[in-house]
Amino acid sequence: MIHTLAFYLFAVLVIASGAMVVMARNPVHSVLWLILAFFNAAGLMVLVGAEFIAMLLVIVYVGAVAVLFLFVVMMLNIDFAELRAGFVKNAPLGAVVALILLAELVLGIGAYRVGAIDLGSPDGSAAPLLGEGNTENIGALLYSRYLFLFEMAGIILLVAMIGAIVLTHRESRASRGHQDIGKQVSRRPEDATEMKQPEVGKGVEL
Amino acid sequence: MDILSSLGLIIPELILAISGLILLLVSAWGGNQASKPVSIAACIALGGAFFLVAPGVCAGVSGPDTLAFFGQMRIDAFAGIAKLMISAAAGAALVVAPAYFDRLKAMRPEFAVLVLFAALGMSIMVSAADLLALYIGLELNSLAAYVLAAYLRDDDKSAEAGLKYFVLGALASGILLFGMSLTYGFTGTTSFTGINAAISGGLSGGQLFGLIFVLAGMAFKISAVPFHMWTPDVYEGAPTPVTAFFASAPKVAAIALLARLSLEAFGSQAEAWQQVVTFAAIASIVVGALGAIGQDNIKRLLAFSSINNVGFILIGLATATLAGASAMLIYLVFYVAMTVGSFVAVLMLKDAEGNPLETFGDIKGLSTTRPALAWCLLLIMFSLAGIPPLMGFYGKLVVFQAAVEADLLALAVIGIAASVIGAFYYLKFIKVMFFDEPVDRVKGTSDWAHWALLLISTVVISPVAFLGTEWLGNLTEMAAAALAIAG
Repeated sequence: MIHTLAFYLFAVLVIASGAMVVMARNPVHSVLWLILAFFNAAGLMVLVGAEFIAMLLVIVYVGAVAVLFLFVVMMLNIDFAELRAGFVKNAPLGAVVALILLAELVLGIGAYRVGAIDLGSPDGSAAPLLGEGNTENIGALLYSRYLFLFEMAGIILLVAMIGAIVLTHRESRASRGHQDIGKQVSRRPEDATEMKQPEVGKGVEL
Repeated sequence: MDILSSLGLIIPELILAISGLILLLVSAWGGNQASKPVSIAACIALGGAFFLVAPGVCAGVSGPDTLAFFGQMRIDAFAGIAKLMISAAAGAALVVAPAYFDRLKAMRPEFAVLVLFAALGMSIMVSAADLLALYIGLELNSLAAYVLAAYLRDDDKSAEAGLKYFVLGALASGILLFGMSLTYGFTGTTSFTGINAAISGGLSGGQLFGLIFVLAGMAFKISAVPFHMWTPDVYEGAPTPVTAFFASAPKVAAIALLARLSLEAFGSQAEAWQQVVTFAAIASIVVGALGAIGQDNIKRLLAFSSINNVGFILIGLATATLAGASAMLIYLVFYVAMTVGSFVAVLMLKDAEGNPLETFGDIKGLSTTRPALAWCLLLIMFSLAGIPPLMGFYGKLVVFQAAVEADLLALAVIGIAASVIGAFYYLKFIKVMFFDEPVDRVKGTSDWAHWALLLISTVVISPVAFLGTEWLGNLTEMAAAALAIAG
């Protein structure tokens, strides 16, 4: 009973906040709705007993990805007046897309009512469960059966990092605010200044 | 099957990975002065991988002994032959890159590191025997490739190429992942042999959807029509050494991966994908041939030429026979040689200040001003057009032969007809070089490494190489046979 209640609570909130992500005018609000959606999805994951994925959702998606989105959105210089101006012009196109999506939805529901979809079943070749909880199992599999692919996923992240640095890092010729304190202190007034006495009406030759 | 024996099988990949990591540290501390040593070291690493893979290819290894990491990777002769081509093409890109980037003062050691990691990704792709390994290899290669395309980020065209490649590549990856998750959902396994067993009784709707989406994602990666739109823009915009790399190594990897996926994972339902591949083959040949006609930029023309060639290679796959797979490999060997040769020749077209020349107007009458270069280009273009004594013809011949043997006569006829259309623009290339008034714009000189690469490619496609065709035929037959033995 409590399970059913919790499921419907989380599910309704995920869908509602998902809709709000799309509909919110202010992109910052969209990101905040997205965070709410992530939290509720984490709740759903807990309900099905996948506590590791629930934790990942909260830590990685809410903690890192959503905050990153927030930064990016705040850096974008969004002109809200322009956003609204395009609405009327693009409304017919939007309506067409919506109609197509509606048709697909109807088709999908129709297909669903024909009968249950026939999902495949595992052939039993997977490694036997090693630990108690699924966190332990995922860890044990990642570091034994999927060791090589796991390490290669690490190299993918490394390549992404190299790429970001290669494309953004600029070797600036000028010094970047580097201070040589000894040089500053040893500088004498006569090195830096020069006395001139210009005649009236004439400039100074620099 | 323990981890140690698996590690023993993937020593070439480990060499690429570890040397990539070490060279990354060297470039982090060495700065831009380290570019040259790092490039040389990366070439040596690729050479090491090449010579470690070669014995397995000559022996035609296959069967259960080639499985690594619980069947996720298959280090057989088929993967080996693709790895040889990948190492060679990546090495060629590294050799020609410094001269091009030095002029722009843009040579940085990370270039070689990225090429190494891309080669590692491609090695995983061609050895993949599991959807997970497939995707990880593909992404490792693609991520490095996006950065390489945008490498000259101050150049608008290069930045545009990088962005286009990235956005469309991400879309293709999404399509591929969607197809893979459908396939996994409806078969219950990610291993190629498992999928093959699960669909042996017939394809359900979900499995068919998964198959089509996976094929669409792969078609993007090999730039087969109708997923070819990005190719001309990316090839034109990317720096020429990078374009040479894109047109050769990743294409070999993606085609080998597609062949393994089709024949190993979906082999028991060949009729389901044969018509898709046949359509992609015909469409690629025709679009590649017609699209190239109006081009004035040589790099764009070569991009369409590569679309056209992918079509011919797909004819081999469309047969769904091992003879077809073997013919594909033979075609690929000569395709890599022709591609590397033609792009190296384009790199050698420079004016007196060393600025690259890329249009037909620049190479008018090249035969009087630069006879050696013009004659090499002549041989390569004749070979691409499929004129008999050259090896481009031999590649087409074996592919068509496989198609005829598999009762795909119509496909072979359309292919031959379209290759006549394609011959038009290759011949136009030669006409401009040999019969137009000389403009004498090509004045820059190139170092011996460019000449060496150009000569090697020209020799590989020249009639001399007929001496090696029997040996090559044996190797590719053993490699294709390795595909059939699912361990």
